[in-house]
Amino acid sequence: MSILIIAEHDNSSLKPATLNSVTAAQEIGGDIDILVAGSDCQGAADQAALVAGVNRVLVADDAAYDNSLAENVAPLIAEVGQGYSHILATATTTAKNIMPRAAALLDVQAISEISAVVSGDTFKRPIYAGNVIATVQSSDAIKLLTVRGTAFDAASAEGGSATIEALSSSHSAGISQFVAEEVAASDRPELTAAKIVISGGRGMANGDNFDMLYGLADKLGAAVGASRAAVDAGFVPNDMQVGQTGKIVAPDLYIAVGISGAIQHLAGMKDSKVIVAINKDEEAPIFSVADYGLVADLFAALPELDSSI
Amino acid sequence: MKILVAVKRVVDYNVKVRPKSDGTDVDLANVKMSINPFCEIAVEEAVRLKEKGVATEIVAVSVGPQQSQEQLRTALALGADRAILVNSDDSLEPLAIAKCLKAVCDAESPDIVLMGKQAIDGDNNQTGQMLAALLGCGQATFASELSVDGDKINVIREVDGGLQTLALNLPAVVTSDLRLNEPRYASLPNIMKAKRKPLDTTTPADLSVDISPRTSLLGVELPAQRQAGIKVDDVAMLVDKLKNEAKVI
Repeated sequence: MSILIIAEHDNSSLKPATLNSVTAAQEIGGDIDILVAGSDCQGAADQAALVAGVNRVLVADDAAYDNSLAENVAPLIAEVGQGYSHILATATTTAKNIMPRAAALLDVQAISEISAVVSGDTFKRPIYAGNVIATVQSSDAIKLLTVRGTAFDAASAEGGSATIEALSSSHSAGISQFVAEEVAASDRPELTAAKIVISGGRGMANGDNFDMLYGLADKLGAAVGASRAAVDAGFVPNDMQVGQTGKIVAPDLYIAVGISGAIQHLAGMKDSKVIVAINKDEEAPIFSVADYGLVADLFAALPELDSSI
Repeated sequence: MKILVAVKRVVDYNVKVRPKSDGTDVDLANVKMSINPFCEIAVEEAVRLKEKGVATEIVAVSVGPQQSQEQLRTALALGADRAILVNSDDSLEPLAIAKCLKAVCDAESPDIVLMGKQAIDGDNNQTGQMLAALLGCGQATFASELSVDGDKINVIREVDGGLQTLALNLPAVVTSDLRLNEPRYASLPNIMKAKRKPLDTTTPADLSVDISPRTSLLGVELPAQRQAGIKVDDVAMLVDKLKNEAKVI
């Protein structure tokens, strides 16, 4: 078997999310190549070559691949992927956007967000907001998969010595353009990679009150997330949303503050190792998944927690 | 400008789905079914484009069982002009659904296809991207804002890092995220009116679409259940537990 992994990167560096797909690929077994499609992306390619267990890094360096436009990158994946038994990418918004398009070009049925490898053609994946785990077998010649990052440990980013090969093919569909990007700048760890995540919900009452969570997060080296209710209410931006259709997190410690615990939110965090819930409603469903529940007014509990850590 | 909006009949978002006792599939007997919430947002966006005078006709399409007519009637009550059901009682995969929608698009030639970013049953998040590939047109997934600008559309997308804006040539496929809009409720007069709007039925075979499955479901199971935790008395006890019992801070 031979496996192609689509790198998640920002041209200058490889994003850690890629490393989860490497582990999934190792569980499938076979030679592992990484495709880096970007523009001036040598930095990312060099880092990909250092990832342990990687055979070759294929680099498609072309202005058309800047910003990972699906219309340009998917045909490249479909072309390069022809020679592989498996094509994998970690299920970031970039991969979720591109991979199904590549699958359709290859006429294969993609399998989304696998959480376990059973065999080379059989995988487990959560459905119905993670309430059920399905075991799915693919009969397609090429298995095209996205990988749930929290379900596979990150492979080592060092120790490898893959060869780097340049690809010459250019796909520029000319039907879509990147216009702008508004990226939230933060010194805190990335939500999906943080060891500790503190999330606020509707109970936070407004955006300013999230400052209490930021202060606590900075003491703990934590990332800050939010429930859909808090994002919909405009307290915080969309990139902080944890849940079924937002970000999936599984940190060592998840602290849910003022979050009732709708199943759509639980779907995004219930694989965390330790869950703490702080909520004044003792009937809140969040307590059913919490290891430690504190029934309290968050506006009293948070300052106390902050001063005792 | 013609808009085609795809809707899917799914288990209602409030239902907690469980496996059948034999573990072969999920148990959907006597479960409340609804229009997929993301599809409802797509319908609302189509209706708003018509209200702004940008769109002239909205065609709602569903690929699924006969009962999907209920969800199409909902789309008609919200403001779609007519509906098409591609009827199949098989459990269709995203690729097969995308091929059916492609065939409908070939006949209808919409300028914009609006659909939900994912259905909350299979959580696949694939059909829109696949349809765009089959149509050879641009795609803007996870849309939180859409504006038509001549023969292009500008779409703001919700991505992991924040927000991204794309400009797409038409025709294009746009999939809705949660914050694209807040769908309205259908009024009673509109629900009554919807019953008289045209709803055509076709089948994958009529459309010459191959829907043969590429995957098989070997079984379903409950995820590992979390053990019930404890309630702590106060913040001091919480900090003590986190430090000395869980050892996570």
